[in-house]
Amino acid sequence: MKQSPKNIAQSVRTIGRRGFLIGATQVAFAGVLAARMRYMQVDQADKFRLLAEENRIRVRLIAPTRGLIFDRNGVPLAINEQNYRIVVVREDAGDVDELLARLSRIVPMTMEDAERARRELFKQPAHKPVTILDRLSWEDFSKVSVNSPSLPGVTPDIGLSRFYPAGEDLAHVVGYVGPVSDYDLSRINDPDPVLQIPRFQIGKTGVEAKTEDSLRGLAGNKFEEQNAYGRIIRELRRTPGTKGADLQLTIDEGLQNFVQKRLGEESASAVVIDLAEGDLLGIASAPSFDPNKFVRGISVADYRALTEHDHRPLASKPFQGIYPPGSTFKMVTALAALEEGVITPDETVYCPGHLESGGRRFHCWKRGGHGHVDLKTSIEQSCDVYYYDVAQRVGIDKISEMARRLGIGVSHDLPLSAVARGLAPNKAWKLEARGADWLIGDTLNASIGQGFVLASPLQLAVMTARIATGRAVSPRLVRTIDGVEAPSGGGERLGLDPRHLAYIRDGMNAVSNNRRGTAFRSRIVAEGLEMAGKTGTSQVRNITAAERAAGVFRNEDLPWERRDHALFVCYAPVENPRVAVSVVVEHGGGGSTAAAPIARDIMLRALYGDVPPLEAYPPEQRRAADERLNALPLRDSRPTSGPTRTRA
Amino acid sequence: MSYLEHNLRTVPTGWRKVLHLHWGLILLLTAVASVGFLMLYSVAGGSMTPWAGTQMNRFAMGLGVMLCVAFVPIWFWRNIAAVAYVASLLLLVGVALFGVTNMGATRWIDLGFMEFQPSEAAKITVVMFLAAYYDWLDVTRVSRPLFVAIPVVLILIPAFMVLRQPDLGTAILLVIGGSIVMFAAGVHWAYFAVVIALGIGLVTAVFVARGTDYQFLQDYQYRRIDTFLDPAQDPQGAGYHITQSKIAMGSGGWSGRGYMQGTQSQLNFLPEKQTDFIFTVLAEELGFLGGVSLLLLYVLVVVFCIASALQNRDRFSSLLIIGIAGTFFLFFAINMSMVMGLAPVVGVPLPLVSYGGSSMLVLLGAFGLVQSAHVHRPRSRR
Repeated sequence: MKQSPKNIAQSVRTIGRRGFLIGATQVAFAGVLAARMRYMQVDQADKFRLLAEENRIRVRLIAPTRGLIFDRNGVPLAINEQNYRIVVVREDAGDVDELLARLSRIVPMTMEDAERARRELFKQPAHKPVTILDRLSWEDFSKVSVNSPSLPGVTPDIGLSRFYPAGEDLAHVVGYVGPVSDYDLSRINDPDPVLQIPRFQIGKTGVEAKTEDSLRGLAGNKFEEQNAYGRIIRELRRTPGTKGADLQLTIDEGLQNFVQKRLGEESASAVVIDLAEGDLLGIASAPSFDPNKFVRGISVADYRALTEHDHRPLASKPFQGIYPPGSTFKMVTALAALEEGVITPDETVYCPGHLESGGRRFHCWKRGGHGHVDLKTSIEQSCDVYYYDVAQRVGIDKISEMARRLGIGVSHDLPLSAVARGLAPNKAWKLEARGADWLIGDTLNASIGQGFVLASPLQLAVMTARIATGRAVSPRLVRTIDGVEAPSGGGERLGLDPRHLAYIRDGMNAVSNNRRGTAFRSRIVAEGLEMAGKTGTSQVRNITAAERAAGVFRNEDLPWERRDHALFVCYAPVENPRVAVSVVVEHGGGGSTAAAPIARDIMLRALYGDVPPLEAYPPEQRRAADERLNALPLRDSRPTSGPTRTRA
Repeated sequence: MSYLEHNLRTVPTGWRKVLHLHWGLILLLTAVASVGFLMLYSVAGGSMTPWAGTQMNRFAMGLGVMLCVAFVPIWFWRNIAAVAYVASLLLLVGVALFGVTNMGATRWIDLGFMEFQPSEAAKITVVMFLAAYYDWLDVTRVSRPLFVAIPVVLILIPAFMVLRQPDLGTAILLVIGGSIVMFAAGVHWAYFAVVIALGIGLVTAVFVARGTDYQFLQDYQYRRIDTFLDPAQDPQGAGYHITQSKIAMGSGGWSGRGYMQGTQSQLNFLPEKQTDFIFTVLAEELGFLGGVSLLLLYVLVVVFCIASALQNRDRFSSLLIIGIAGTFFLFFAINMSMVMGLAPVVGVPLPLVSYGGSSMLVLLGAFGLVQSAHVHRPRSRR
């Protein structure tokens, strides 16, 4: 359509006005955009820069090297050995099944291993390295390294993992490590982020668990640049961690090995304590297990074998097991009576074989009785009636108090899992725990270490050490942490009358050195190394009147789990004692026959610092001792370092 | 004023037209495109492949198209405006029937040598046709309801077809681009006021009705709006793009992290970094200075165009230039608002910079129209 000139002029005017308005609006909006840019890029730049860095930088922890554990002579008990393993990156591997098939022709690999490796590989992103085999032998590791050109995506890698050269000898004391479990995380209130590292290992039991904080060390940091898919582009920087502190235990590894082997397959425990510092030289629980199996991941079958074994290999009997101490408790009763002044050493009690009290008849172990018995004889021959009589005069509360002074019924502070308190009962305890009044019969039972009294082999060793020294010896397991010496366990004087202690020691000396002593057969004849001790046999059941009448009294006739526990405590040398030992053989029968011979061998090993010479044994026992000692499967030298067992 | 009134002797002919091209505009467009080459080279990790090289070839081709269009007299373009409009509608129908589907949207037609996006062409043909419409319409009738209704229908037909593809960004561009031409042509401002008021009322109603039985949108649609308003609510999901985009922009700071040094872009935290989000790469690596410089180039393009439109006494030419400049403005304004978190993510590329063939060719063709209008503008008789 043709426009009139007037319209043209109007059109130009309108477009001019509106066009200018549109242009101005557009420029103004561009101004808004510029202002927004300024706000984001200048005013808030720091905030966004930080967010960008958080996107880009990933901080990864470097696991610290765990501290080592040594024995008192510097023999390694827990080390970090090099662990040869095979790491695979899936995206470089091509056909995973083909690769696994090729690997299995080079190194031993079960179907199960291959299946697990497949699962792990496909669970992780394709670019993440995954460990598919570890703990390879050096030979297999070398084979993989040599063949690596034909194994795409496979990297031979070396890590560190815990190894216990002493194997089963110290399984209960040193314990073992294992990967952090969800249960661990829920149980321990430990915010250390190092626990989040996959496959990071922490102490699970024993010293490994209880000194975890010292052994673990501090994690280092690795700053890596990653892209949006989590692939690592490069490492930006790294701060190394701090190695965990090394630990030196008071254990003598050679002695411990001897003790463990001497206990053999009995369900037994033994504690060897040095009297000067309270150092635990040996603390063995039998039967034991190989802690290395737990580090590697124990098989279900092996684990079941351990849990279903009736000798309970997993239990730490020396400090977790509590037993009626039996006659080894008599020193406590006697000492309480002496300190209270209710008896004198020369005073005698007539033993007809039993004692009537509270309408009940309490038997002596010797049915015919011991006749007139004084203090020394009562210990030497372990007369029960003497203690029934004395205990009625001194009262349970004093006996209980003395037990605690000697270390029974109190907890000893050791870096071990679940150290048992034992029980030194008194009237107040029974009222509270059982809701019943203390009966005179309870006192009589307690006086000979039966009834409510319970003690661990560790406590019996401490009791013996305190009697032998008159000092409050307390057990010490860790000698130095990171080179710093732990306080001595030598202890202050107990404040007991030295003469009273001498009477007790005299009795204990008679036990193993007098012809009529209950442990005379287990005496030491080496000049200056004579041993003083006390036998104990504690019942794990009541003997019924019918049984007593029928004469079924012989332990050998009973099933194993109903036989008496055999106990023996001792110290040596009689003059200037250096070492105390306690031995408990569960269901072993009599203390004099089952426990005392073991205790003597251990004592001699501790005194000589080596397998004892036969001269220390009575002449008629030397042949048997020789056979017995030679049969022990001792580790004669330090663990040899095979190619895979290099110490890190 | 129609071309018949032109004094034909004053309009340059033949190769003399080269001297009358708007060279400043050509220079500006080349500068903008060069920024694009630089950024595409950077996001490829310092490589001409796969993007920068192809983009350069397309730009060269586009410049050729622009010059060809510029040499054809503007009255020819006015005469075929209606044909072009109908052709683009047919192409949109073709897309709906035989289109190629990429990433859930059917926007492309396979031409054999390239995949073409007809909705890109529609942005220009709508503006062209509206300009021709107002050139034809008596100036005094512009604001009559019937003659207002006709262009509205002309805009809404392609807009709805594009919306169904679905392509919200292009639909918005079509509607606003067309509205700019109508406004420039002198449609009474009250129409615009009413539409804007109705729009605001509708948005308010949508939000007020939320949670009642009468709510307008589905719950998931409300959640999308929430994500736009606060991307932090869903940082790994729908908000991821916008969150990462803002981080990239903000971390650029005053002068940027350095060319090819942007961690967000080089480490792939940015989505669609060679297309819709390329501005964030620029802002991260070259900072506020780089971003504002590009913005300035864009504004100059718009200002040059508007200035040219205001000098032109030909009604079709003026409206066409204003419409094309407006469309160009909408491209970069919506894209930048989107990556800065001022607008929802609607998928509008950064003009001449984002990697993409159809958009580049169509835009340069449109600037060819601007050049043609500039070259063939009526000169006053002396």
